[in-house]
Amino acid sequence: MAFQLPRRGLAQILALIVILLIDRMVSSQFFDLRLQDGRLFGSLIDVFNRGAPVALLALGMVLVIATRGIDLSVGAVMAISGAIAASLADSHAWPVAVAVALGAGLLCGLWNGFLVAVLGIQPIVATLILMVAGRGVAQLITEGRIVTFTSPDLAWFGTGSALGIPAPVLIVAGTLLVTGLVVRGSALGLLIEAAGGNARASELSGVGIRLMIVAVYVWCSLCAALAGVIAAADIMGADANNAGLWLELDAILAVVIGGTSLFGGRFSLILAVCGALIIQAMNTGILLSGYPPEFNLVVKAAVVLVVLLLQSPRLSGLVANFRKARA
Amino acid sequence: MSRLSPVMITALVFVAGFAICSLQFPNFASTRVVANLLTDNAFLGIVAIGMTFVIISGGIDLSVGSVIGFTTVFVALSIERLGLPPLLAFAILLVLCAAFGAAMGAVIHFFDMPPFIVTLAGMFVARGTSFLMSTESTPITAPLYTAVSDFGIALPGGGRLTAIALIMLAVVAAGSVLLHFTRFGANVFAMGGNRSATALMGVAIGSMTVRIYMLSSVLAGIAGIVFSFYTAAGYSLSAVGVELDTIAAVVIGGTLLSGGQGSAIGTFLGVLIQGLIQSYINFDGTLSSWWTKIATGILLFAFIALQQAMVRLAGRSRTIRAGEVKA
Repeated sequence: MAFQLPRRGLAQILALIVILLIDRMVSSQFFDLRLQDGRLFGSLIDVFNRGAPVALLALGMVLVIATRGIDLSVGAVMAISGAIAASLADSHAWPVAVAVALGAGLLCGLWNGFLVAVLGIQPIVATLILMVAGRGVAQLITEGRIVTFTSPDLAWFGTGSALGIPAPVLIVAGTLLVTGLVVRGSALGLLIEAAGGNARASELSGVGIRLMIVAVYVWCSLCAALAGVIAAADIMGADANNAGLWLELDAILAVVIGGTSLFGGRFSLILAVCGALIIQAMNTGILLSGYPPEFNLVVKAAVVLVVLLLQSPRLSGLVANFRKARA
Repeated sequence: MSRLSPVMITALVFVAGFAICSLQFPNFASTRVVANLLTDNAFLGIVAIGMTFVIISGGIDLSVGSVIGFTTVFVALSIERLGLPPLLAFAILLVLCAAFGAAMGAVIHFFDMPPFIVTLAGMFVARGTSFLMSTESTPITAPLYTAVSDFGIALPGGGRLTAIALIMLAVVAAGSVLLHFTRFGANVFAMGGNRSATALMGVAIGSMTVRIYMLSSVLAGIAGIVFSFYTAAGYSLSAVGVELDTIAAVVIGGTLLSGGQGSAIGTFLGVLIQGLIQSYINFDGTLSSWWTKIATGILLFAFIALQQAMVRLAGRSRTIRAGEVKA
């Protein structure tokens, strides 16, 4: 029952459908699909394809947020792993480049997890350190240049396809499947929710909180590293200054839109991915409509506010009281 | 003593850093370098004082960088396109900033939402609005701007204390008085120490929250004006990422990110330390700019680890609250 859609997901799925329909009104070819060189093309595919990095980040972030944490460093981790993958791509085989990039992500995650779970530093502060220093490290790796590569093997991660489906979409689907099987196929997901709901209570009931928190941050950084590889493969190069810049905010936004509370507790993987798709569908829609892309930020801000108001405990309390009074 | 000792450490780090720089570069210890340090970091110092209030009260304000960007564009357009006198433009701008901050504070308090996400939305709004106003850099040629940039108090040794450095020093002085010697300041500390106890003592938490975020946004507006003096232009992409530098300066200045402890003078020193790292790299000439980020990250870690150790030594027997987001 890994992917059972919870009833509370209805709003998000409806929102995605509505935004896609609006996109269709803006651009009449929005739903057109065509097969070219064995790969599907079309605006709808584009939404999934472009949304892949944020969807990957959201998959890791949702687990961190479920433990009442937050990871601000994912954008910087993307920059580091992209820089490593691009620098190694032409001199080494692609499995080496990807493995080293993911290894760097693993180290970043261990560092974050160590700060949060062992030293007991607040997550927002702990991950701020890597957010600041990480981009510097990425620039150190590329020596401030934009590193390009020509290896077609690594480029597959960004532009390739299998069975007509673009590789980034497949990678997201695979990661969603693996994450879903691990956290929902076992009690792990429940324990993560318990830790987010009340860390002390779950510690007293014998849950090994520390190890679990470290694992969650490691997973988040691994997802970010994978997203970094995709982003680098997509442009066949790594720009340490701009790769993944501000994507941590999009990832947090995707998780929040997906209905996971920043105060921890219950989470949904599939709705977090859905949140990432909603963001991307909005971006694509604004681009297609011919409005200046600058409009994006304002629309995003409005969406954040509405979603937050809907989630606000105070507001739901008011609504509950109202219903009670009427009943 | 417990309040001052983190500041002492920051001061020692600054003195030691300055000594190292002076030993390495013979021309470093001059009024010219010190005056430049103040001028180049004037806007950062002003905005960091506002952030100090927010963080001590237990909140965070991610919108400040965008507010600076908005300010430069607004000021440039209203002076150059609309022909408003600069002082009138400043007055309108500060009223707008105050309203913006008050709105964020009100949403945080009345809907009981995490400041992190509310000010994130504020960041999108401010940046998006400045993009919508203009995406090009607008030079400002008003006579006031020439007068301000010509003004300077000559120091012995060739240094020049500029007008914007003086504005920053005035804000630091006023901020110190407001934070440490008024009822408002005492309430800010109390809120960060224990919010419910403060509310029970009869402090109007709601109005305090609104006023604190208002103060932060107004200071960000003043910082933006100073930034426009500094660059004599308005550009919607200016001060991207300044919120991170600001938070880093506040933490290096010895303010506890969980709230309740800190000082304005510490923040001032934190800003100067960041400026010192930058000057060192400029003087050296062979080091690349990314070392600034890495060095800031390392300093951040050192100070956070130190704070953590001191909090534990202080005997606040806090069990690890696994992955707690500052709410």
